[in-house]
Amino acid sequence: MKILVPVKRVIDYNVKVRVKSDGSGVDLANVKMSMNPFDEIAVEEAIRLKEAGTAEEVIAVSIGVKQAQETLRTALAMGADRAILIVAADDVHQDIEPLAVAKLLKAVIDEEQPGLVIAGKQAIDNDLNATGQMLAALTGWAQATNANSLKVEGDHATVAREVDGGLQTIKVKLPAIVTTDLRLNEPRYASLPNIMKAKKKPLEEKTPEDYGVDVSPRLEVVKTSEPPERAAGEMVPDVDTLVAKLKEKGVV
Amino acid sequence: MAVLLLAEINDGHLSMDATAKAVTAAKALGDVTVLAMGAKAADAAKEAATIDGVAKVVVAEDARYGHRLAEPAAALVASLAEGYDHICAPATTDAKNILPRVAALLDVMILTDVTGVIDADTFERPIYAGNAMQTVKSKDAKKVLTIRTSTFDAAGTGGSASVEDVAAADDPALSEWVEDKLAESDRPELTSAGIVVSGGRGIGSEENFAVIEKLADKLGAAVGASRAAVDSGFAPNDWQVGQTGKVVAPDLYIAVGISGAIQHLAGMKDSKVIVAINKDEEAPIFQVADYGLVGDLFEVVPELTEKL
Repeated sequence: MKILVPVKRVIDYNVKVRVKSDGSGVDLANVKMSMNPFDEIAVEEAIRLKEAGTAEEVIAVSIGVKQAQETLRTALAMGADRAILIVAADDVHQDIEPLAVAKLLKAVIDEEQPGLVIAGKQAIDNDLNATGQMLAALTGWAQATNANSLKVEGDHATVAREVDGGLQTIKVKLPAIVTTDLRLNEPRYASLPNIMKAKKKPLEEKTPEDYGVDVSPRLEVVKTSEPPERAAGEMVPDVDTLVAKLKEKGVV
Repeated sequence: MAVLLLAEINDGHLSMDATAKAVTAAKALGDVTVLAMGAKAADAAKEAATIDGVAKVVVAEDARYGHRLAEPAAALVASLAEGYDHICAPATTDAKNILPRVAALLDVMILTDVTGVIDADTFERPIYAGNAMQTVKSKDAKKVLTIRTSTFDAAGTGGSASVEDVAAADDPALSEWVEDKLAESDRPELTSAGIVVSGGRGIGSEENFAVIEKLADKLGAAVGASRAAVDSGFAPNDWQVGQTGKVVAPDLYIAVGISGAIQHLAGMKDSKVIVAINKDEEAPIFQVADYGLVGDLFEVVPELTEKL
């Protein structure tokens, strides 16, 4: 079985994002970029399935700017076997929407015929939480989002999903789309020898035209703004003062 | 303009709070038809018919909708989409699972966690864990969106909309439910509680979380946790408040031993009153708190529990 893992290049999660003063978006100039953390979990899970003998090959795919090569090299250094980069934008500020991404991934699936797709549940830039579900709709496959655990057995997979108030376990027919939640695993760090080896692994470059997919956006970004700030509060010296303040506010 | 709104129903029970808040956002867009879907949904449908602003309720009661599996649920919603300009739902885990699938079936984009309705095509939503707000205008013929409930007030009740049955859609039969493991608790649900008491890494251990739980129980509050506390194994993941967990906006939020990482703030900064208790006076949580108290939480919290 082949496993396909889509990965996205996003602002590193430790970087504080800054909204551009003209309201046109978030400043991405000279900002550290990394693999979306949920996608790292997806790569790790796929590699573990390969190590366990469940999968033969792990293919990482990224859709975006040319620089996403680095993100794919990271996936290869972690243990993916080969990578496909679909260059769909020239400008780092252009985000390819989940619907277009899902259409491109569907086209890759048609060529590669994987038995499983493992994707991050959401990208930490646009926070949409949509690509996996959309891809499942386009392929007509089952979906298991927010995976907390994943077991592949024969022609189906058993997935415990993080839901409001606990876990829901479902069994899905393969091929299927699984999206990762935080506690599925702890991704490994790539070792230096593996980083060197990853430079020699195959990385194929494509364009949306190669797949006949139109990636023009359906959503127009009107403006991007800073979130409203809270007014400064006050420090209280002790518990008695705190209790008095809360009673005054009528919240206790 | 007509809106189809997927009600939040679990085991036959309507989640009134989440559904009524989504109705508030939806009724600005047009006449609201609520879809009540489930193995049992008739009672929930009757209850949803009382929400002010609901014009009609349609019920799809069938075993295949019992566990809200995404494939049959999305097939049903997509089959009903004709005649509606907007399809929406409160942004619960279920709706986040189902509605993007619906959008792709209809070949339109999805807008998730909408916090503001500007006009019929234009919506506001947070990006980057709430560190920026984006206003987007949709060019799609139909708009599919999930509504972040913490930013809308619940619509009132007293209405009496008509209720009618709709046929079930074909079940793609791709997945089956195995089991639910839900945390047993007498405490209120985190996202709809009036008061939330949360603990962070400063709590130090799973056992020490009892100090948080005692304060919560005294106040009739829900218990939350920061991602740091969850990652350290002090608290279960479904207690997690933050961008990667639950987004809450209670009347009172008490953050104990929480430093205030960006991802946590994104999940609670819309709370009406925020109290922070931390031994580090430099902790960023104090910048969003209405009342800050610097001190040892193991002394301060029991004293607070006693004096409230």
